[in-house]
Amino acid sequence: MNMQPTPPAIRTTCPYCGVGCGVLATPDGAGGLSIKGDPDHPANAGRLCVKGSALGETVSLQGRLLAPRIHGRETGWDEALDLVAARFTETIAKHGPDSVAFYVSGQLLTEDYYVANKLMKGFIGSGNIDTNSRLCMASSVAGHRRGFGTDTVPGLYEDLELADTVVLVGSNLAWCHPVLYQRLAAARAARGTKVVVIDPRRTATCDIADLHLALAPGADAVLFNLLLAEIDRRGLIDQAFSAHVEGMAGALAAAHATDPDASGLSPGDLSGFLDLWTGSEKVVTVYSQGINQSDSGTDKVNAIINCHLATGRIGRAGMGPFSVTGQPNAMGGREVGGLANMLACHLEIENPAHRKAVQTFWNTPRMAGAPGLKAVDIFRAVEEGRIKALWIMCTNPAVSMPEADRVARAIAGCDFVVVSDMMEKTDTTRLAHVLLPATGWGEKDGTVTNSERCISRQRRSLPAAGQARDDWRIIAEIGCRMGWPQAFGWAHAAEVFAEHAALSGVAGALGSDFDISDLAAIDVAAYDDLEPFHWPRSATKKGGRFFGDGRFTTPSGKGRMLPIIPRAPAPVEEAFPFRLNTGRVRDHWHTMTRTGLAPRLGQHLAEPYLDLHPADAGRLHLQTGALAEVSTPHGRAVLRVTVTDSVGQGEPFAPIHWTGETAPTGRIGAIIPAVTDPVSGQPALKSAAVAIRPFRAAWYGFAVSARKMRPDCDYWAEAALEGGFQIELAGRHHPDDWGRAAARLLGSQAEPLTMRDDRRGVLRLAFLEGGRLVGALFISADPVAVSRRYVAAAVGSDCGLDILAGQPGADREDEGALVCACFGIGAKTILRSIQTQKLVSVEGIGRALRAGTNCGSCKPELAHLLASAEPEP
Amino acid sequence: MKRKLVVIGAGMASGRMLEHLFNAAPDQWEVTLFNAEPRGNYNRLMLSPVLSGEKTYAQIVTHDEGWYAARGVTCRFGESVTQVDRSARIVRSAGGDTPYDALVMATGSAPFIIPVVGKELPGVVTYRDLEDTEAMIAAGLAGKSAVVIGGGLLGLEAAAGMAARGASVTVIHLMGHLMERQLDPAAGALLQQDLERRGITVHCKGATKAILGDGKAEAVLLEDGTVYPADLVCMAVGIRPETRLANDAGLEVARGIVVNDAMRTSDPHIFALGECVEHRDQLFGLVAPLYLQAEVLAQTLLNKPATFRPVQTATRLKVTGCELFGAGDFAPGEGREDIVLRDPQGGIYKRLVLQGDRIIGIVMYGDTADGGWFYDLLQREANIGAMRDALIFGPAFQPKAAPEPAQLAEAC
Repeated sequence: MNMQPTPPAIRTTCPYCGVGCGVLATPDGAGGLSIKGDPDHPANAGRLCVKGSALGETVSLQGRLLAPRIHGRETGWDEALDLVAARFTETIAKHGPDSVAFYVSGQLLTEDYYVANKLMKGFIGSGNIDTNSRLCMASSVAGHRRGFGTDTVPGLYEDLELADTVVLVGSNLAWCHPVLYQRLAAARAARGTKVVVIDPRRTATCDIADLHLALAPGADAVLFNLLLAEIDRRGLIDQAFSAHVEGMAGALAAAHATDPDASGLSPGDLSGFLDLWTGSEKVVTVYSQGINQSDSGTDKVNAIINCHLATGRIGRAGMGPFSVTGQPNAMGGREVGGLANMLACHLEIENPAHRKAVQTFWNTPRMAGAPGLKAVDIFRAVEEGRIKALWIMCTNPAVSMPEADRVARAIAGCDFVVVSDMMEKTDTTRLAHVLLPATGWGEKDGTVTNSERCISRQRRSLPAAGQARDDWRIIAEIGCRMGWPQAFGWAHAAEVFAEHAALSGVAGALGSDFDISDLAAIDVAAYDDLEPFHWPRSATKKGGRFFGDGRFTTPSGKGRMLPIIPRAPAPVEEAFPFRLNTGRVRDHWHTMTRTGLAPRLGQHLAEPYLDLHPADAGRLHLQTGALAEVSTPHGRAVLRVTVTDSVGQGEPFAPIHWTGETAPTGRIGAIIPAVTDPVSGQPALKSAAVAIRPFRAAWYGFAVSARKMRPDCDYWAEAALEGGFQIELAGRHHPDDWGRAAARLLGSQAEPLTMRDDRRGVLRLAFLEGGRLVGALFISADPVAVSRRYVAAAVGSDCGLDILAGQPGADREDEGALVCACFGIGAKTILRSIQTQKLVSVEGIGRALRAGTNCGSCKPELAHLLASAEPEP
Repeated sequence: MKRKLVVIGAGMASGRMLEHLFNAAPDQWEVTLFNAEPRGNYNRLMLSPVLSGEKTYAQIVTHDEGWYAARGVTCRFGESVTQVDRSARIVRSAGGDTPYDALVMATGSAPFIIPVVGKELPGVVTYRDLEDTEAMIAAGLAGKSAVVIGGGLLGLEAAAGMAARGASVTVIHLMGHLMERQLDPAAGALLQQDLERRGITVHCKGATKAILGDGKAEAVLLEDGTVYPADLVCMAVGIRPETRLANDAGLEVARGIVVNDAMRTSDPHIFALGECVEHRDQLFGLVAPLYLQAEVLAQTLLNKPATFRPVQTATRLKVTGCELFGAGDFAPGEGREDIVLRDPQGGIYKRLVLQGDRIIGIVMYGDTADGGWFYDLLQREANIGAMRDALIFGPAFQPKAAPEPAQLAEAC
């Protein structure tokens, strides 16, 4: 008998948020992976969130780009690479190095990032490489550099567990960094950590908040200035530490001049916060995109850092400012110099000594002499024809950039566009002249750095899809073909990493914080065995925290406090009276190219939506379930309305994930103006002034299909199902013949089952093939009211006319909207159990139904269900 | 002392009336029951299964000799009443005169015979009672050809019954689709498909011109020239109330014997019920209103106030494998709305006609399980606004437990 041994689990990391959890991936032998949290990884100690848990559902070849393409024609690698190298060489020769640009990604591995940066800054000789981390982290980078001298995260995740007070500002940690949230929630349960959430929205994170401050949008710097002034008033300035700090007087003066009314908070809430923060020596201020994605984001970061510098609450256990990143390798990108205004290993591009050192190390005749264009400016330059050859790697700017329609038009108008991606069809790949297939998560080998400076190996567990190649190899091939084989001739990712580590030693000698030169001689075997570690790792320092010793990386060696004069976002105007907040949902990540493949991740919130305060909804005559048109001078979006008082009046919220591939009118980037922070160049993505009005649909639709749909109507939003797809639809005009339109949409020639109620505008069609449901369409003059989960679950199964009821009959129970994605448990099931089994706690629900016992992401929602359930009389 | 009640006709309506009467007051009336047929009450609705061979006559008898004996009913079966003498309050028959204190006329209806050449030929039958049924069975249907004129409820049951006995059957129907009074064209078409699938030929929009034959029926000729061979011709084009006795007695008769809300005729001592009556310009052919009449008349005879109000009636076809259900009004009209559910492959069709938030018409074909539930909503004039979305999917899809369906009416 031939027993197949179970293959060993491969230790790797999750490709989503910046928590950087360790993952155990075990190939199932059929091209798939079974996924578990790595109990030995310091970030997560075995935990995973729902997105990470569903990684195994995202590694199919569905939608993959499997071969290079030139103008849509499949070709071999040599032809594609020769063309790219030739066009870049030619363009540089004719128009100079600044006529080309790379736009890269915080989802690249450090090795990919290092090679891209080396090629652009060191050999092409331009600073025109920028990254989607610009949309995510640039203000933190700038704030760190202003405050500390280098882009250094001072603390560690365990500080959230060791703190007495944790302040979460501009962070929906529960949904965006779920495992870190769970660590905090567990610490709070164990030791009574006080948690403050500062967010205009009442997010799921507020579930564990002792205090939620729904401050005025953009008023974060006001609040932290008020805090600094209070620190001063209470005499809490750390006199000993202040010897290591400069600029305090100016910062305090600015803080004392700040108007308390500008925070939008009640005096009680404000003093509660001030008491908590000032009263806890062990205080961590965690911040994320709510701080960074602002036109004064850098100032907000420094307003926070000021408070920690003034009190000396930095670099010691349980205290410090803590930036959590949105991307898996934003930190790695920052370390290699992936931003246009950085060099490598935290060296400065403007500093001639730094430039010289790097140039010498790279042994290159050419070196970028000045910072390049930042993300928004790159695409402006593309639009204006100043950049004539553009290479986009591993990111989707036609969706994710502000003014995304304009960016898409700019890319479409560029002379030569190369896109390397793992997916065939994205809003951006559709605009490329040359498409290069890249390996994806599971197929790549390299390293990433998470938000606490922990460098981990991402390891290959699957073969490359089709002809896909690792990004660093693709870039290195171009470097070789452009004439620099000696500089780009690595055989293994370990060699790239070793070079990067060696360069970090050069940087360390120049005073950089990022020094991992202990690993400069790492070989392939050691690289393969590399355990997660916190940088630095050098002769002088290994891991740990920064700045507790008062030694900063500024020229003076002192930490810098800055005088912050809070700037509110530009006031809204009469024509655009709402301030649109944006963010992520629990189960999706970025533009969904990966999470969109996992059926269980598409069920939690399957459609782009708009959270609207009841007073605003009333005035606009919008109800939950209706569609609203949200517009700015830059574009429009159509979004499903949810009326909720979790957002403030005049402060609607919309998630960012939908694209031309999943919901063409749900592209939030298209409506957001490209206003940027003057210091960091990071766009303000959470404060667009928008107009909202009802979208007048003649009909609403919902469809499920075993086959991919490509609808042709004014509104649609698609989500993946087990064995098919579901889609929400709406249109201003009815098609001439619904029967034919339905057959085309669902791709079936079968004679459909039908139900119609003309006066209500109701038409329902179900297509069966061999007795099994291949597609169903529900049309109504009002938003379609059917049990989507029930209908979705019917795809591929035997059906009769009852399927057109769109809900289970008396003999089956309606599970309700999906709450626990891990175990597939719906709201109605949970409510029924709460009532029949008299459940009183989230843990009780877990014992009864298993809901919330895997990733725990749904615990806030379980708590809400508990609160909303009427006790059985 | 008991008063004398004479009942003419032992149909389903009079049988039900006597049950009510005896249950309420066993000793008030001494009853004499005349019936032209040489038998007592049986369930005329079940003649179709007898014709098809699925049941025997004995299985459809509703009141046997013992029942009559126990209640002291004098049975005068096979004896036709020839005259009613209102001034003397007696009825005359071959057996002599029978006096009454109250007289109930339950003379029923007679099949309508279309006036075409050949209608008197041997082999031309109607489908009304056990004699008709037995005549058809006796004709030896296997291998014979039969034509049914009339694609209504009775005609189709006759056609199916004869087909079940091996006859090659053609249905000639004057209208555009079968059972046009109970079904809309879509359901009629499904029914036609089902009948054709079981070997019955259906000819809609067919006007009969003549019945051809030399000494006996041999074929049916249509106006369009089509000829169908026919060893047996069954006329099932409708009924007319049997009013001869009432007419002769000088009672007020229109199309039927005119009765008031208490089922009393123009003579205060004479009552009528069943298919022979006309109430407020309306005639009755389905069993549900007849049963109501029976209830009302029993009350009247017991000197209790009662008022007959006809109800909406529903139809089921008693042809195995042809599930259909029709009730109410489904003609197109101002303010009427449809909800339609259709499975073309499965041969299922359901249509509800709404006016405002009320069901006024029901047509179902192929799956009639929820017919009773819809019919109850129709009869109760229930407001269905709140359950409109899933209404057509039936009670299993409603948010709360559905009320028990009302007693379903059937055709007689």
